[in-house]
Amino acid sequence: MATTNGAVENGQPDRKPSALPRPIRNLEVKFNKIFINNEWHESKSGKKFATYNPSTVEKICEVEEGDKPDVDKAVEAAQAAFQRGSPWRRMDALSRGRLLHQLADLVERDRTILATLETMDTGKPFLHAFFIDLEGCIKTLRYFAGWADKIQGRTIPTDDNVVCFTRHEPIGVCGAITPWNFPLLMLVWKLAPALCCGNTVVVKPAEQTPLTALYLGSLIKEVGFPPGVVNIVTGFGPTVGAAISSHPQIDKIAFTGSTEVGKLVKEAASRSNLKRVTLELGGKNPCIVCADADLDLAVECAHQGVFFNQGQCCTAASRVFVEEQIYAEFVRRSVEYTKKRPVGDPFDAKTEQGPQIDQKQFDKILDLIESGKKEGAKLECGGSAMEDRGLFIKPTVFSEVTDNMRIAKEEIFGPVQPILKFKNIEEVIKRANSTEYGLTAAVFTKNLDKALKLASALESGTVWINCYNAIYAQAPFGGFKMSGNGRELGEYALSEYTEVKTITIKLDDKNH
Amino acid sequence: MLRAAALAASGLGPRLGRRLLSAASTQAVPAPNPQPEVFYNKLSWKLIRVCLAGAAAKRRDSGYPTTTSGPLVARCIRSVFIITHTDLGSPWRRMDASDRGQLLNRLADLIERDRTYLAALETLDNGKPYVISYLVDLNMVIKCLRYHAGWADKYHGKTIPIDGDFFSYTRHEPVGVCGQIIPWNFPLLMQAWKLGPALATGNVVVMKVAEQTPLTALYVANLIKEAGFPPGVVNIVPGFGPTAGAAIASHMDVDKVAFTGSTEVGHLIQVAAGSSNLKRVTLELGGKSPNIIMSDADMDWAVEQAHFALFFNQGQCCCAGSRVFVQEDVYSEFLERSVARAKSRVVGNPFDSQTEQGPQVDEAQFKKILGYIQSGKQEGAKLLCGGGAAADRGYFIQPTVFGDVQDGMTIAKEEIFGPVMQVLKFKTIEEVVGRANNSKYGLAAAVFTKDLDKANYLSQVLQAGTVWINCYDVFGAQSPFGGYKMSGNGRELGEYGLQAYTEVKTVTIKVPQKNS
Repeated sequence: MATTNGAVENGQPDRKPSALPRPIRNLEVKFNKIFINNEWHESKSGKKFATYNPSTVEKICEVEEGDKPDVDKAVEAAQAAFQRGSPWRRMDALSRGRLLHQLADLVERDRTILATLETMDTGKPFLHAFFIDLEGCIKTLRYFAGWADKIQGRTIPTDDNVVCFTRHEPIGVCGAITPWNFPLLMLVWKLAPALCCGNTVVVKPAEQTPLTALYLGSLIKEVGFPPGVVNIVTGFGPTVGAAISSHPQIDKIAFTGSTEVGKLVKEAASRSNLKRVTLELGGKNPCIVCADADLDLAVECAHQGVFFNQGQCCTAASRVFVEEQIYAEFVRRSVEYTKKRPVGDPFDAKTEQGPQIDQKQFDKILDLIESGKKEGAKLECGGSAMEDRGLFIKPTVFSEVTDNMRIAKEEIFGPVQPILKFKNIEEVIKRANSTEYGLTAAVFTKNLDKALKLASALESGTVWINCYNAIYAQAPFGGFKMSGNGRELGEYALSEYTEVKTITIKLDDKNH
Repeated sequence: MLRAAALAASGLGPRLGRRLLSAASTQAVPAPNPQPEVFYNKLSWKLIRVCLAGAAAKRRDSGYPTTTSGPLVARCIRSVFIITHTDLGSPWRRMDASDRGQLLNRLADLIERDRTYLAALETLDNGKPYVISYLVDLNMVIKCLRYHAGWADKYHGKTIPIDGDFFSYTRHEPVGVCGQIIPWNFPLLMQAWKLGPALATGNVVVMKVAEQTPLTALYVANLIKEAGFPPGVVNIVPGFGPTAGAAIASHMDVDKVAFTGSTEVGHLIQVAAGSSNLKRVTLELGGKSPNIIMSDADMDWAVEQAHFALFFNQGQCCCAGSRVFVQEDVYSEFLERSVARAKSRVVGNPFDSQTEQGPQVDEAQFKKILGYIQSGKQEGAKLLCGGGAAADRGYFIQPTVFGDVQDGMTIAKEEIFGPVMQVLKFKTIEEVVGRANNSKYGLAAAVFTKDLDKANYLSQVLQAGTVWINCYDVFGAQSPFGGYKMSGNGRELGEYGLQAYTEVKTVTIKVPQKNS
C-alpha cells in the first residue's frame, strides 16, 4: 500500500540520541537596537553602552542606551496596539495561542544561536544554556500558548433576579524588568503569560545581558505579532527601569531581581499610578537534610542547588542545614564533590562553572567569603578567585556556619556553600524560617511524616522534597515575605496578567 | 459549524456572507482533486501489529461490504486492554503531559499539511460541498486538536482542606480504554471531538467509524502514526453498528464509551454498557431544536440564519433548527422570505464551488426524508417549496419549506435529518417557551431578538444544552456541547469535556499535625 507521508514503519519517530550540540563560533550579533513597533530604533539621546563577555572581559558589542523618552515611545506603541478594535484586541484567543506556539517553533529553530548568545553574554556553560535555559523557554511558551483560550470567566449564582458573570480581561500595557542570571528564560516567564492573556509589553532586559532579548524581538516580528505588542528598551535601571516603574500609562509591572531594587519598583509603582506589581526577588533558601535521607542524592542536590549557574540563582541552596548524626559525612562528601567541579571556558563541553557576571558581583562574593573566614566559619575548600583568570571564583564550601554569620544571612549569589548543623525538626523549622526571605526550601528525608510536616511548616513559596530546582512551566513559582509578591508560571500566573470584570444584568421581573 | 468559522476563514464579515459559497468566499480554498486516491481502507490494528484484513465500505460505489465482525473487534480491544492495564510503565503512561500535548499539536500540523486531500476525501465519502469540508470541517478539526493539546498539562487536580489531621488531594487519571463510536455527518470533526479530550487526558482509544464514511478517519490513523503516538494508543475499526459497535458497547474491557448518533442507538449503547461492565457512557444524540424568531428581530439576519440553521450540511445536523417558531406579526414576511431563500439554494455536485447543498448520505436516509415530506403533506402542513428529489440519480433532495406546521404533526416532532424546514406560528413568549420545551429532545435552541430581557429570559428557561442568541451553529472547541433530556448524556468540548475522560482519585494521608 502506498504511503504518502513517509511515516516510520513502527510508528515511532527517529529518537536516536544526537551528538551534543555545538556553539557557533564567532557568532555575529545582529540585533543591538531598541525594538519598538516591530522596528529597530536608535536611542533618542544617541547614547550607546557596551555589553561584555564575562569569560574574557572583552566587549561583545555596543547596544543602544535607552532612557525615559525611549520608554515613552515604547509605551505609546504598546498603548496603540492595545486600543479597542486593534488587530491584537480583536484576535481570537486561540490565534494568540497559535502565535506563541509558532514563536516556540522559531526559538527551537534558532536554539543554537540563542544558546551561544546567552553564553557569550552571561558566561554560563553553553550546554546549560542549550539544555536548561532554552528548554525552559520553549516549554514555557508552549505551555502558555495552550492557556490562551482557556482563561475562563464564571457565571455566578448571585442573589436577586440578575444575570452575573465575569470576564477575564487583559490589564493593558505591562512593564517587564528582567535580570541577567537567566536573561531569556526570565523574559519568557513574563512575556508568555502576558501575551497569552492579551496584554502588550514593554521590556527592559538587564544591561549586562541584553542580546538574547533583542534576538527574541526579531523572532516576535518574524512570527507575526502585530507591531507594538512587544517592545524592548535596552538600558539601565535608574533610567529605563525607573521610567517603566513610574510610568503613568503602564498598567502593570513585573520585576525579577534583587530585593533592594524590588522595593524601589514597588515604591515607584505606588507613587505613580498604583500599577499592579509582581516581584520575584532574592532568597536565602534553606536546604534541610535529615539523618534518614538518601545521602548521595542529598549531597548531589545540595551541591547543584547552590553551585548551579555559578551560584547566581535566586533559588540557590545557600543555607544547608544538616542533621548532626550525618553532618561530618555530609560535609566530607560535599567537599569531595565541590573539588571536582570543573571551572573554565563555558564553551567547553566539560565545564560546569563559568565566570561570575561582572566585577561588581565578583567583588561582592569575595567580600562575603572573607567575612565567612573572619566570622569563624571553617573554610573547607575554595575561598578565593581562580589565580590566573578574570571573573572566575573557586567553588567554596564553609562548614561550622552559624545563623548569625553574614554568609548565613545575606544572599551571596555566588559559588559558596554554607553548611549548618541542626539537632531536631522543630529547631530547624524555626531557624529555616528565621529570615526575611521565603522563596524556596528543600527537604531530604525518606520519612513521610517529616516530609509533610516540613512541607507545611516552611515559610516559602516552593518546597522541594528529595529534589532541587524542580521548576516547571505548569507549577507556580514565587516568594513568601520579602522574596516577592505574586506568582509566575502555572495557572496562577494568569491572574497576575488579567483584570476581572464583574457584569451584572438586572432582569425584567415581569417575566417571572 | 460553522458559518462563523467559514466566514472567518474566508475573510468575510457576516453581512457580506449572505451567500456562503459565493465566488469571493472560495478564493482562499485550493482546488480539490474530485477523485482522491484512497490509500487506507484497512483496520488500523496494524498499529498494534494485530494485522487483520478488512475492507471499507465505500458508499455509492457499490463497493464491498466490510468484513469487520464482533469477535475480531473483541480481539483488538483485548490487545489494547493489555497494553494499557497491565503495562503501567508503558511509554504512553510514562509520557509527560506536555509531550502528550505536543503529539496532539503535531497531529494538527499534519492534518493542516494534508488539508486539501482530506477535504476532498471527506466530500467524496460524505457528499458535503468541498468548500465546506475545507473551510469548516477541516478548520474546526485542526482547532479542536490544538485546543485539547493545550489542556494536556493543565487539567489540575486539587488539594483539599479536609477536616482532621489529614492531607487530601485529587489526581485526575485517565479512564483507560475508551470506545468511541462516531457518525457519518461530520466524520473527521466528530473524530477530533472524541480523540482530542481522550488523548489529552492520557486514555487509549478504540474507535468505530461510521460504515458510510470510514475513509478520512483511516487516513488520520496514518497521520497519528506519523505524529509518533505509541502503538496501540489509537485503534480504528471500520464496520457496522450491530457488529463492531455492539462489540465495543458491551465489551468487558472497555472502560468508557462515547457515542454520537441517533437517540434510538443511544438507548442500545446505554443498555449494553449497563448490562456488561457498567462502563462510563457519554451520548450525543438527536434533536428537534427550536429556533425562536421574535417580532423585534433583525429580519434579514434571522431569515438567513434560520435557513443556515436547518439546511447546513444537507440538513444532516443533530442540532438542526428544525422547528422554527415565528411570532405572528412577522410570520408571513418571514415565511415568504425563507421560501425565497430556500428556492435560491444551489443543489448539485459537491465539488463545484458554487454548490451549497450536496446529496444525502445514503439511500436509507434519502427515503426516510422523502417519507417525512409525504407525512407533512398528508397531515396538512402547507408545502411552500421543494418536496421531492432534486435529480434523476443520486440522493439529492430539493430544499423544502413547510408553513402552518402544527405541534402534533410528525414533521414537528421527529428528527428528519434532511433539508426540510418546519415553520410554526406563536403569539406570546410564555406560549413559545411551553411549546419549544415540549419535546423529548433538548440539544440546542436559538432565539432571535434585540430585546435584552427577552434574550436573558429565554436563555434561562429553554431546556437545551446550548442556546444561541442571534446566531446559530456557533461552535468553538472552547465551549461545551451536549444535550438535555433524550438528546444525550454528558458534554463534549471545553473544560467540561475532559470530565468524561478522567477518573478522580482522592488521596488522603494521615499527618502528625495539620496547620492551615
